[in-house]
Order: sequence, then C-alpha cells, then structure tokens
Amino acid sequence: MKVTIDGIEIDVPKGTTILQAARMIGAEVAPPTMCYYSSLKTSGGYCRTCIVKVTQGSTANPTPMPKPVASCRTEVMDGMVVENTINKDVLEARKGVVEFLLMNHPLDCPVCDQAGECSLQDLGYEHGAATTRYEFPRREFERIDIGKYVQLHMNRCIMCFRCVKVAEQLTDNRVHGVMHRGDAAEISTYIENVIENEMSGNVIDVCPVGALTDKTFRFKSRVWFTKPVDASCDCKKCSGKVRLWMKGEEVLRVTARKDQWGEAEEFICNTCRFEKKKVSDWKIEGPTQVNRHSVISQNHYNHLNELKVQVMKQQKALGFMPIDKRP
Amino acid sequence: MGRKLLIHNDHIPNIHTLEVYRAHGGYASVEKALKKMQPDQVTDEVKKSGLRGRGGAGFPTGMKWSFLAKPEGVPRYLVCNADESEPGTFKDRYLMEKIPHALIEGMITSSFALGAKTSYIYIRGEYFYVARIVEAAIAEAYAAGWLGKNILGTDFSHDCYVQVGGGAYICGEETALLESLEGKRGNPRIKPPFPAVAGLWGCPTVVNNVETIAAVVPIVNMGGEEYAKIGVGKSTGTKLISASGHINKPGVYEIELGITVEDFIYSDEYCGGIRNGKKLKAVVAGGSSVPILPTELILKTAKGEPRLMTYESLSDGGFLTGTMLGSGGFIAMDEDTSIVKNLFTFSRFYHHESCGQCSPCREGTGWMEKILKKFLDGTANESDVDLLWDIQSKIEGKTICPLGEAAAWPVAAAIRHFKHEFIEIAQKKKFVDISHYDRLNKIRA
Repeated sequence: MKVTIDGIEIDVPKGTTILQAARMIGAEVAPPTMCYYSSLKTSGGYCRTCIVKVTQGSTANPTPMPKPVASCRTEVMDGMVVENTINKDVLEARKGVVEFLLMNHPLDCPVCDQAGECSLQDLGYEHGAATTRYEFPRREFERIDIGKYVQLHMNRCIMCFRCVKVAEQLTDNRVHGVMHRGDAAEISTYIENVIENEMSGNVIDVCPVGALTDKTFRFKSRVWFTKPVDASCDCKKCSGKVRLWMKGEEVLRVTARKDQWGEAEEFICNTCRFEKKKVSDWKIEGPTQVNRHSVISQNHYNHLNELKVQVMKQQKALGFMPIDKRP
Repeated sequence: MGRKLLIHNDHIPNIHTLEVYRAHGGYASVEKALKKMQPDQVTDEVKKSGLRGRGGAGFPTGMKWSFLAKPEGVPRYLVCNADESEPGTFKDRYLMEKIPHALIEGMITSSFALGAKTSYIYIRGEYFYVARIVEAAIAEAYAAGWLGKNILGTDFSHDCYVQVGGGAYICGEETALLESLEGKRGNPRIKPPFPAVAGLWGCPTVVNNVETIAAVVPIVNMGGEEYAKIGVGKSTGTKLISASGHINKPGVYEIELGITVEDFIYSDEYCGGIRNGKKLKAVVAGGSSVPILPTELILKTAKGEPRLMTYESLSDGGFLTGTMLGSGGFIAMDEDTSIVKNLFTFSRFYHHESCGQCSPCREGTGWMEKILKKFLDGTANESDVDLLWDIQSKIEGKTICPLGEAAAWPVAAAIRHFKHEFIEIAQKKKFVDISHYDRLNKIRA
C-alpha cells in the first residue's frame, strides 16, 4: 500500500498504522507519542499528541477525513495522503494537547528522577509554549505505596494507560488500574495493594513521565551523570538483555534497552532490574550508542568544557558580551 | 392536531400492562413481521421509512442496520441505548415509563430484522424505577409468549434483558455503553472497528436509541412508505421532543417533523408560549450539547425563512447561524436568563462526566468550567473570553468520542451569539446571581 506522509511516499504492508509508516520514513515526519507503545497491544489513542490530518482517505475514496485522527490507531489505506509537520492546524492542535498535558503536571523536573529521559520534557520542549495560561491550583494526589521497588507519584501522571497494559499483558494478575473519572482519574491499586510480580518493574520503563520510578535508583544521580552500558546475563525469566546505568564502577540502575523511539526492545524481569546491582552479575557488551542530541550524551565533562570554550570564542568573535560582564 | 405514532395511547389507564397494550393494537408489528415478512423485508421497510436515529446523531437507521456484519456462526446483538443522560432530554424515560411494551415490541421486531437472538436494554442508573417497569413488562411478555423460544410458533427465538448502568453520561456513547455492558469501565472504544463489525463481546452489534426502536413498530404496521409521508424532506416521521425551561407547558410532545419552531413554542398544543408573559431570549434545541441560538435565529434562519423542527432546517447555516435537532431536548430561556450562568451549569456537567481517557477532554472540560466560575465570581477579565474560545477550539474534534465536542459546542455557541454578556461581566458592568449555587452546594455538603 502506498501512503504519502508530508509529501514523502512509502510502500507499507496492509495493517500498518500511519504512525508506523511515518516511523519507517524517519524521525523528521514521525509524530510524537506519549501513550502508544509498539510492543503493547491496544495501546495508543489516548494522549492525542500523534494526531495528524488525512487530506486524502484513499485512492478509492479520496475525500479527506473531517477530523484529525490519532495516527497510532489509524491504519493506512492505499493512496492515503497524510499531513503532519507541514500542516499548521495539526501543529496548532498538538500545541493544544501539550498544553492540556502540562496543565496539571507539577513541573517538578528539578527533583524528578525521570528528568533527562522524560517524553513529556521532550514534547514540551518541541511543541509546548513557554508559559502557561492555566492559573488555577494544579491537581494533587496522595502518594500511594505500591511495593518495595516502584514509586507511584500520581501528580506527574498523564494517563497514558501504558502501565495498565503492561500489567494486563505481561503479568498474570493485574492489581492496579484507573479509578475515578475525568480529571479525578488516577492510577491506583484499589484498597492499598502491593504490585508484586516478576515483570511488574516494566511499568517504570513504559511510563513516559516520572509517575512510576525505580525506588532503588531514587535520588541516587541525575541520569545524565550516569553512563549507559549494554550488558546481558543468563536469565531464565527474561532475555537478560539490559542496559546498565553506571557511575564509575557502580551500577546505579538497570533498565531495558530502549530503541530510537524510547520504547523497550525486550521487557526484563524484576530480578535483573532490581537485584543484580554488581558489575560481576553482568557480561558487559559495550557502551550504548546515545543520540548526540540527548542530554545523556552530555556526561563527558571534558567535552563540555571544550564546548564552553568554543562557545565563548564564538561569542567573542561576534562581539557578544557574557551576561555577568555586561555593564 | 399533529399525528402521533409513539405516545398516542399514553392517556389510557394501565397502558403499561400487556393486557391493555394488546387490546389497543399492541404487538401487531411482531405478528406481521414474524408471520408475513422476511427479516430483510423489515429492514427494507425501515430503509424506505427514512427513519433517522433519534438519539442525537440522526444517522439513517436502515443504513445502520444494513451495515451490520453477518458472519456465519457468530451471534449478533441488538442493544437499546436507554442511557438517556443529555441534560434537557427526558423523552425515553416518558416512553418507557408510560408504554414499556412499545419498546419491547420494537425490540422483538428489530431483532427479527437483524437476526439477533439476544438483545439488551441498557438503562441509566438514575432510571432505576424505570428499569423495574421495563423488567415487569418483559416478564409479562415472556409469560404471554412474546419473548422466549419459538415466538408465535415460528422458529424465531429471542431473549431480552435489562441492564442498569452506573449513572454515567459517557455510557450513552455507544462503545462506552458496550464496555459497560460487558462489565468493564465505561470508556469509549477507539473506532474503527465500529460496533456493526465488532461490538458487544466482539460480535456485530446494533445500538439504537429507545425512540428509534419504538418507531420501528409504526413503520412495520403502516409500511415504510406511508411513514415517510409524514415530515419534510429527509426528516420523516414523528419525533418526541422534551420541552423544558421557561415555557408555560413543559413536557414530552410528539411532533410531526416539519412544524415550525415558532408554532412549537407558542401554540397551545405544545409549549404554550413563554411563562409569565416574558420574551424568549434563547433556545437550546436538541439537548445541552447542541449550540444555543438567540431568538431571532431560532425562529428564522439566516436567510429569513421560518425555521422548522427538522434535522435539516435546524442545522441550516452550519454552526455559525444554526444548531442541531440532536436528541430533541428543547430548552427555552426567557429574557431574564443569564447565558453565562447557564453555560457554567453545562460546563460543570461535562467536566463531571468526562471519562478521563483522552487529554483534551479530561483537562479541557475542567479548565473551561474553572474559567466560567471566574465569570460567576466576578473575577474574570476580557481576555478570558478569548481563552475560552481557544480552549474549546482545541478540544473540538480532537477527542476519542463526541463528549469533547458536546462540551466544546455550547461554549463556542454562547460566545458566538452572546459575547456581549461575557464582556459586560468581565468589565464589571453586570454580575451573575449565584445564590442558587450556594444553596445547591449546601444541600450537597
């Protein structure tokens, strides 16, 4: 099936969604996602950040779709024409969605463990406005204790439903879900319950924000001060393919390996994630390739210093005066 | 006097019992359909009748039925949407309360046409007593052999169940209704697939409004062509209108589609004019979610033609100068009404009823309510009007289900037609009397 996204044509098999087709083309045209997760069935469709405009439904029925559609849940038709980044309305609508998502978000990035690898930060940086128009008190929830490994901080949650899908599809017994409705909806275990399951730690990896964080890593380090290393072990419960986040010789945290889109390639078990915190537990494969635009690649201090010198040189050449030296 | 097809017998004592209902010609459509017609013929009659969904969207019922997938060996379901929650709409309650057998008769005939062996009537939680009435009627129908195995000695068997909802507006959205019926949280599903392909328990399902199903009875009895003669253009047949607000005679009226709005408001047969001799200020013509229109636009279209009570005439001029027939919740407001206060009530409702699945609706509905509360408190600025407009435009069309639009349209229409009221309040020239809400809050506390 042929589909055109932002003027780029691509041939995709039947059943491909617009989002998948866009990702095949590349990151430039791929819409951002907050709730879609390719390895979780029925995920997506909730956050509305990936909405695109379909200007031609198909070759057989060329009428445009009246409303913007969620690209993660809309399958392509032969001859479909989709507009994402070239359509002003789409960008405007996406800006609106980002505003809605950030409206009740505490913006506590300075004390949030997710900072640096947070999808909402990236989304806000790319599509959000600099200031908020929301002048009312933000929504607040009581913190709920859901066990010894995972911290649930509902204030930061954006209701992507990913952790619910993980519990449904990876574990044999889901004990948490969505309670209440509207803007009072929250992720919770009804009547305090502990999420104890061999795969439950994966909710941390799928959480796009800092609502579900690793208690064994809490406040240990900012992620950009740690160095990601790919490692593996023989594990009976999972593939054993993990990413270690190291500071010197210390393993601060273990996560699944994430791909270009921030999605876990293979889910890992709790033993690998929380129990094996020694280098000797692992077979190191080598340092992780990190996108050079990512904040995580900024953990080379020498490199940073060099950059600083370079910038200062440039500024000097342009006659730009540093802030602290202005009259 | 306009012709009545649905509630013409509502004045007869004990019409809710099978005996009296049968004595007045009840269950004739079941007899006719099961004994003399093929299922496809019934569907054809409905198609010919031009009947359009009475729940609000106005989608042609016959077409909806013909979309139903019919794979071999898979059960099909008919689900009656009796989750009537739209503020201003109470016609289904009236019908089920007064003549429950009309609905059950329609369910049997429609199920025969669709080949559904099981059907469900999903009644909203607040209508618990109505559910009792319908359940009693179903029991009577089972006892008399209208439901159950081999109805009227034919090989058509049918079971009908009543399910009471938890009282959520969102469960009136058809896929949320199906989720709720399956025992899950009533969140709308992401479409496609549509219920006609994968509905209840993944099987092909038709979801119809109470009034739509009840209208199948006269259609089968009198024939689709005869039914189509009533009405104007593509708006055929009769429609139940729930009239409320500042009118002399609020209540449920059955109208022939095509009477003028002016007639409906001022004639003694229907609303009987505005109470206390006041002037009409605005009308919400089809339940709280459709755009509000000021008097000059509701009585006459932008072109100056008299506006009729039809799907087409009410939506003439799009949303700029028109509205929608919707579910027929006709709310009239007199000259003393504050549009801003009224809008706050609506917005508070949508905020309360948003399911919380998708972000624009979850966050936007609450935001709009909070801004409107500022107008009531007298702390709003003129820029808040533009902000409201911007928020509603960012909700409309971006959500999973139509609740987002239902919340955005009233805000858009109120600003479009009554912006001066917002401005006057923002400039502190006027204040809204909110003592009513204080009283309400005290009662709730």
